[in-house]
Amino acid sequence: MAAFSSASDADGVLARAAAGVLRSPKATVAAVACVLLLVTAVVGPSLVPQDPYDLNVLDIMDAKLPPGGEGMDGTVFRLGTDGQGRDMLSAMVYGLRTSLFVGVLAGVVALVVGTVLGLVAAFAGGRIDSVIMRIVDLMLGLPTLLVALMLLALLGQGVWKVVLALVLVQWAMFARAVRGAALVEKNKDYVEAARMLGFSRPRILFGHLLPNCLSPLIVIGTLQVANAISAEATLSFLGIGLPITQPSLGLLIANGYTVLLSGQYWISVYPGLLLLLVVFSINIVGDRLREVLNPRLAERS
Amino acid sequence: MAVFVIRRLMQSLIVLAATAALVFLGVFAIGDPGEMLIPPDATPAERAQVMAALGLDRPLPVQFVTFLANILQGDFGRSFVFDQPSIALILGRLPATLELAFVALAIALVLGLPLGLLAGLRPRTATDEAIMTGSILGFSLPNFWQGMMLIMIFAVWLGWLPSTGRGPRGTILGIETSLASWEGIRHLILPATNLALFKLALVIRLTRTGVRETMPLDFVKFARAKGLTERRIVLVHVMKTIMIPLVTVIGMELGSLIAFAVVTETIFAWPGIGKLLIDSIMRLDRPVVVAYLLVVVAMFITLNFLVDVLYSILDPRIRLGRA
Repeated sequence: MAAFSSASDADGVLARAAAGVLRSPKATVAAVACVLLLVTAVVGPSLVPQDPYDLNVLDIMDAKLPPGGEGMDGTVFRLGTDGQGRDMLSAMVYGLRTSLFVGVLAGVVALVVGTVLGLVAAFAGGRIDSVIMRIVDLMLGLPTLLVALMLLALLGQGVWKVVLALVLVQWAMFARAVRGAALVEKNKDYVEAARMLGFSRPRILFGHLLPNCLSPLIVIGTLQVANAISAEATLSFLGIGLPITQPSLGLLIANGYTVLLSGQYWISVYPGLLLLLVVFSINIVGDRLREVLNPRLAERS
Repeated sequence: MAVFVIRRLMQSLIVLAATAALVFLGVFAIGDPGEMLIPPDATPAERAQVMAALGLDRPLPVQFVTFLANILQGDFGRSFVFDQPSIALILGRLPATLELAFVALAIALVLGLPLGLLAGLRPRTATDEAIMTGSILGFSLPNFWQGMMLIMIFAVWLGWLPSTGRGPRGTILGIETSLASWEGIRHLILPATNLALFKLALVIRLTRTGVRETMPLDFVKFARAKGLTERRIVLVHVMKTIMIPLVTVIGMELGSLIAFAVVTETIFAWPGIGKLLIDSIMRLDRPVVVAYLLVVVAMFITLNFLVDVLYSILDPRIRLGRA
């Protein structure tokens, strides 16, 4: 019975979230944009005109063509080309893929790590709780960019290092939110009932308690993915994020920085607009979810 | 009160020590400083001699104690590139960064407070909706890209403002600053705007929430019953109440402004500590990187400490709760 009721609670939260987003035209548009971007990132590489990292198809004579410019072999580059004669549109689709991959992966891992530590803190209490929460306070007290900078300055570049740095700066938010929600839930009757039935601790924690702590997780998760994408782009722009062999949108923009002053705006403007679209859409959806799922705001309105 | 301050101070020191340990481990255990300092054509004997001279042959805990002892004496090592004490380099560049951060904060407040008030006083109207959507756009804008667009529009296309660098400095009240001359201010406008937009959204949101929470309170009703004008109620009484949380958050955000100045300084070639950090990472100038990290974290911890103490003076519940 208990399992049934908590499962339906989880469905309820998701249904409420979806309905809340659909009720706001602005959030609906943003959600559709998110889905389209995700689809583009997944299937895009088979749709775009060239593989921007296959050196055989690049022609240096096509370098820095303005948007709509025609290449040596008659191909039209709708968004122009970069310094290596790479089609900007294709490069952006590949960049989007990398950016979304790193952002979503970092967000999801941070969510899992933070959730587990938050639940453990709430349930174990005492010394374990205070140690975990001290570390959480410390992490939340320092600006994320500073911590990520510090880690990458010490570790060096690389996709996994960036993901690691982003997870390390983001898990604390999740841990604090889950712990708060779990402390409220843990004294409710259904948890007591599950305990009486002799369910194991992990089963109670993850099967019964967790579904009821979903609201804050969904909201923070959405916003943190946007943050992770933005942070990765910033770190890559600074030259301490992703290596040049795996260009994300941030690196594409960085490439355009050097030629911006000579008027070749398209190399940095278009990837930047795409990055803005990604982060803005996710944030709009996240903001709407917060309005819908936050009980404090819901009561007031 | 004294107990609270001492307790809080101890915490800060522990955090600082932990940071120092992390930085030490990262720099000295993950990377090999010998590789950086010793030319590759050195003989093994020469190499061993240099390692011994630098104390790099001793066990790690001993090295750590030496490292800590040196830091406590203000010795953060010499920069490989500039051949100067790295701490002197950092302190020399710090005023440029602080100037940028303070001007950015001022811009964020001057623009953010009125916008937040406007949105908070007219909740769920088109004005509110526009301001709030704008603020989401504000914090979605990747800071570095936004800076590049500022350069493109105002420096390249319109040619109104210089694109990079810090202008001439003069002295106002004994402080050397770009604000002393028009040319200096012109150089400051774009970087400061870039950094300010990053905090603007936060100021707007905090102010709006504060206004919405304060307006239904009894003292506002009382002020209205007393016949005060709406203008006076909002600008004097409501503002006073929302300033407390606002000042606290702003105090802590000053630290993140200094951290985020890394991005702004890189884009606008502003000669502050952020640009120094990125340059030093690129040139593998480790003593400077170490000094930067420790100085900034120390500044940050001090700020948090001061804010906490200030807050506990303003709101006694906090120190009773924790002590």
